[in-house]
Amino acid sequence: MNTTSERKGWPLWEVFVRARRGLSHQHVGSLHAPDAAMALRNARDVYTRRGEGVSLWVVPSAAISASSPDEKDAFFDPAMDKAYRHPSFYDVPDGVTHL
Amino acid sequence: MTATNLPTAPDSTAPDSTAPDSTAAERTALTDYVLGLGDDALILAQRLSEWITRAPQIEEDIALGNIALDLLGQARTLLSYAGELEGAGRDEDDLAYLRDEREFRNVQLVEITNGDFAVTMARQLIFSGYQYELYRALTTSADATLAALAGKAVKEVDYHRDHAAQWVLRLGDGTAESHARMQAGLDRTWPYVPELFETPDAVRVLPGIAVDPGALRPAWTVYVENVIAAATLAVPTATWSSGGGRTGYHTENLGHLLPTMQNLHRSHPGVTW
Repeated sequence: MNTTSERKGWPLWEVFVRARRGLSHQHVGSLHAPDAAMALRNARDVYTRRGEGVSLWVVPSAAISASSPDEKDAFFDPAMDKAYRHPSFYDVPDGVTHL
Repeated sequence: MTATNLPTAPDSTAPDSTAPDSTAAERTALTDYVLGLGDDALILAQRLSEWITRAPQIEEDIALGNIALDLLGQARTLLSYAGELEGAGRDEDDLAYLRDEREFRNVQLVEITNGDFAVTMARQLIFSGYQYELYRALTTSADATLAALAGKAVKEVDYHRDHAAQWVLRLGDGTAESHARMQAGLDRTWPYVPELFETPDAVRVLPGIAVDPGALRPAWTVYVENVIAAATLAVPTATWSSGGGRTGYHTENLGHLLPTMQNLHRSHPGVTW
């Protein structure tokens, strides 16, 4: 944990917003809060003031396991030259908007 | 709805909605009533905005700013309506910025200084708890403007009340220091409670339109006292109580608040940006 997330003892939370039914929650940012209930309320005030969402998730930042920048090559580079893994060999019907 | 375009004969059996709009006395009473509700929202919005850049955390800064803006929005609707009812050509800005202390009709609770964060949260719990019950009752008012405002605002105030309750719970049931400060916050604000539930004269002549605040107290008491108990705090016993805000009598605090709020408009009348 970096020092800013320990500011005055309030832990850092990652905020996920679902814009509307049928979409998945998207990460929108982070904030400080003393506990989960207050984190949800802070997220409501900070990230959904302009009608951005219908559902909120907050997750303690400390609970997220992240891939290391040092392992970037081993993790991601092998996928770059395998064009057959990309869904680029068939046509998407016009009516499908969220694929 | 083409029927409304047809000439209709006066019908003595028709319900109130087709009776003459209202007598002059009722109109004056309604103006006064709406002004009181509008001034409550306006003055508390001004007080809460003093927290901006001074709140304990940036997240709380935004939360208090949001609550202040909600209240300001309610005040704009209410003051515009009061100006319309008054019929003297005053708009929301004239009423907010060009009245003096004795012309304000807000309860004294909303004008007291912010104190520390616990005082502000105690005041918010008391006031939002009251305003929630008030707006909920006003949604069935015979006055369409008030009913529409209340329907929209009750959802905002539901959140204000919850925000204050969450903090009272955490501070009351927190450390020894936060518990003592939260109790002191309640003790400081409690004398201003009875004034909220006094029945203004205007209400007596507006049955079905205005809400008698006295009738709201039982529901308010249940909510607020539950929060206080859950927060391991004690319901204060006040040795005195405020009064007179609705008739223009205020604490010295309002006299200090108004110049800050009105200075720009009075120095540069009609300024916009």
